Amino acid sequence: MKLELRGITKRFGSLVANHGIDLVVEPGEVHCLLGENGAGKSTLMNVLYGLYQPDEGEILVDGRAVHFDGPGDALAAGIGMVHQHFMLIPVFTVTENVVLGHEEVAGGLLDRRRARDQVVEVSRRYRLDVPPDALVGDLPVGVQQRVEILKALARDAKVLILDEPTAVLTPQEVDELLDIVRRLRDGGTGVLFISHKLREVKALADRITVLRRGKIVGTASPDASAAELAALMVGRQVKLEVDKGVARPGEPVLQVEDLRVLDPSGTVLVDDVSLSVRAGEIYAIAGVQGNGQTELTEALVGLVRPDSGRIVLDGKDITRSDTDDVLGAGVGYVPEDRMHDGLVGPFSVAENLVLDLYDQPPYGRGLTLNMGAVQRNATERVAEFDVRTSGVDAAASTLSGGNQQKVVLARELSRPLRLLVVAQPTRGLDVGSMEFVHRRIVRERDRGTAVVLVSTELDEVIGLADRIAVMYRGRIIDELPGGASPEDIGLLMAGQSLESAPAASTSAGTTSATSTPTGTSAGNVPTGEAS
Amino acid sequence: MTQAPVDEAAQPAPSSPAPGAPRRRRTALNTALVTALALLSALVVGAVLIAIGDEKTRGALGYFFAYPWDAFSFGWHAVSAAYVALFQGAIVDPSTLSSGDLGRILAPISETLLDATPLICAGLSVGLAFRAGLFNIGGQGQIIIAAIFAGYVGFAVHLPIVLHVVVATIAGVVGGALWGGLAGWLKARTGAHEVISTIMLNYIAYFLLLYLLSVPGFQAPPYGQAISNNVHATARLPHLLGSGLRLHFGFVLALLAAAGTWWLLNRSTLGFRLRAVGANSAAARTAGMPVESSYTVVMLLSGALAGLAGISQILGTNPAITGDIDAGFGFDAITVALLGRANPWGIVLAGILFGGLHAGGLQMQASTGTPVDLVVVVQAMIVLFIAAPQLVRSVFRLRPEQAVGQNLAKGWNG
Repeated sequence: MKLELRGITKRFGSLVANHGIDLVVEPGEVHCLLGENGAGKSTLMNVLYGLYQPDEGEILVDGRAVHFDGPGDALAAGIGMVHQHFMLIPVFTVTENVVLGHEEVAGGLLDRRRARDQVVEVSRRYRLDVPPDALVGDLPVGVQQRVEILKALARDAKVLILDEPTAVLTPQEVDELLDIVRRLRDGGTGVLFISHKLREVKALADRITVLRRGKIVGTASPDASAAELAALMVGRQVKLEVDKGVARPGEPVLQVEDLRVLDPSGTVLVDDVSLSVRAGEIYAIAGVQGNGQTELTEALVGLVRPDSGRIVLDGKDITRSDTDDVLGAGVGYVPEDRMHDGLVGPFSVAENLVLDLYDQPPYGRGLTLNMGAVQRNATERVAEFDVRTSGVDAAASTLSGGNQQKVVLARELSRPLRLLVVAQPTRGLDVGSMEFVHRRIVRERDRGTAVVLVSTELDEVIGLADRIAVMYRGRIIDELPGGASPEDIGLLMAGQSLESAPAASTSAGTTSATSTPTGTSAGNVPTGEAS
Repeated sequence: MTQAPVDEAAQPAPSSPAPGAPRRRRTALNTALVTALALLSALVVGAVLIAIGDEKTRGALGYFFAYPWDAFSFGWHAVSAAYVALFQGAIVDPSTLSSGDLGRILAPISETLLDATPLICAGLSVGLAFRAGLFNIGGQGQIIIAAIFAGYVGFAVHLPIVLHVVVATIAGVVGGALWGGLAGWLKARTGAHEVISTIMLNYIAYFLLLYLLSVPGFQAPPYGQAISNNVHATARLPHLLGSGLRLHFGFVLALLAAAGTWWLLNRSTLGFRLRAVGANSAAARTAGMPVESSYTVVMLLSGALAGLAGISQILGTNPAITGDIDAGFGFDAITVALLGRANPWGIVLAGILFGGLHAGGLQMQASTGTPVDLVVVVQAMIVLFIAAPQLVRSVFRLRPEQAVGQNLAKGWNG
């Protein structure tokens, strides 16, 4: 099935979200749509999926103009969509989720057996490994995504739209997804793959279309260089590598000894972690999400009480200090979930910029809040960090992700720091904002601040780190020098060790579902199966 | 690789099209408009109810198709008479203007503001707690405890004039603060949900009061009725408009409380912290704010404000404590706070509106026989329309911009 968009224009008031978009997805091809956040990708997808009506232009299926009043019409026409945020019901089984909306009914009752058979059949046909009777909520994210894909395929989707599918996946899961997409393509399915991650797009695409500010600004072949693609996407030359000089580490600033963090039920989340970070170096903690990094950073800033162990900052024990005291001792903290932990959404940009300093001069004196000082500070920071906002009084929740992150960074970097703890600093950010955030982190290092960077992004870790620790199941399983190879780090992140080919490590919890040796990260290294 | 001409490089950044301050002003206007239309809609619904309740109109409906004009004319008469009486009871009775007797001219306003006083205080209590992310339904209990404290100081202690009323007021505020703070402390220490604990504390306060009203020394002789001793004259809040009118100094206290609450929320470091905790406790904690102690602090303050309502009742409006000293203000306060959008000055206006509806409703009942309960229905309709702003918007074909009351209504579930 050939899907074609002709001159699609969609306006929201005065904002033109899509401007005369032409796009063709041929059967058996992967067409990548590349664009920054806010470029209009999601709007276009929603038009294609019948959620929005275009103001101008038409959608053609196999050369015939069609009109979609809702997702039902799009599905019926053979278009399936996997949303960035999954549309699954966690307390339903895989089978129930897949058949939801077009259930098999026998005598007024749900025909569970036939539904299950159908799911098994489709998953076998497309070689999508899913457990049909497992509850979706119990499955790892990568498998949940496979359920979403299966859902679309079970309804005979001939064109599959994947909206930022890799945002939530671990590196291993990404490799698997790319494999699945390639298989689908080889089977004749047309795939529209939406992303702002250059590496994936280059690895996967047959054709690349770049969207910027609602318009198609160009097309490219997959062998275009990443720098070219980035420039096209952002509209100017972008430095993809982080520009950083040699680190000049000074005295140790942060020392962690045998730190253990338990959750309320007694499960060990951080397992005897010891590390030392010196002034003027970036110490990166790599790892797949959910291996204790979050709890480690929260323990560092006093949000979580460690069970045992010691945290020493500049020779002072801060293991049991309140967050307020830790921040006051010169620790800056950029939490991984900025809308949940970093910002107060309904508060203005100005208020958010003093969230931790509101009670200290010049902002607060006793009970009085000096609004003038708060506003002046905001005006300066917004200019310094180039926060794109309609004004310092705009609510933080109205800002784009990149600008929200700039507000958090501006706040944390606006006071003299000894230690900066940053977690997932560029998650969900576009290339332009990413570059900015990385530059500021390096600048802070060069100022002599010790930096702890927690990231699940290999590129980020490799680009920024002076030393790399890999965390797996609550432990730091190895420390590598900066500039280590992505393969080595990827292997460690999957819980393998570098020295010896691991023996039967069958109990690998979250990775058990993804243990098939695929993709690049495990390609040239001996794996358990190979030995 | 091809590239389209880069002509839009000069365009302004499209990143955030949200206008800041102008939008805020537009939202405020929008809020006022929706509120006004909600009031209007509620009065229209009330009018229909009055017409249906009117016997002559109902009779005329029996021959509606033969002579429809009768039904309309009788209905109009009933509605206009009732609403005129409502107006006269709440604001001013034009027939008294010519008399030149200030006491009679100001009587309706005095009653309106008198009723508004506890509504404003208790409304501020609910509003402040809401801004800090808590739902204080304990107004009733806090009012009762405050009345017990203030009343006891008022009738059991002898102090010189001025000093006595000041001490009694402070006692009442402390009583309300303790009762509210108890719920906050329970939440901070044990995580007990404030909705549950404040409701339970209401019961405890109420039955404590009933018990006290049977204890000699608290109960007034000759011990037949459940009523306390009378508060001494030295402990009473002074009248504002002369001794003939009931409006007392409590109204000034309510306005001062509103100003104080506004300052606290918008211009103080403590208010900044309380609002941050209310809007996103995780981010507040991450920024080093003590979240748990904020719960205790805000409930102490909220209880103190509700306590002011109790003080107004016992040191101003009523001479002695009875079992219904709270007069339902603790719960009406929730609707007042909702109508006032948890904004201190909005709460003042909403309190005066409800006070006027109540005072006028009594007059309406006296002169036209329309039951005062109709006012309760109108109040409920107003709040219903506010809570469902889409309804007002669709009825009046307003642009569906952003749901103003909806966020608030949703937020109440806490």
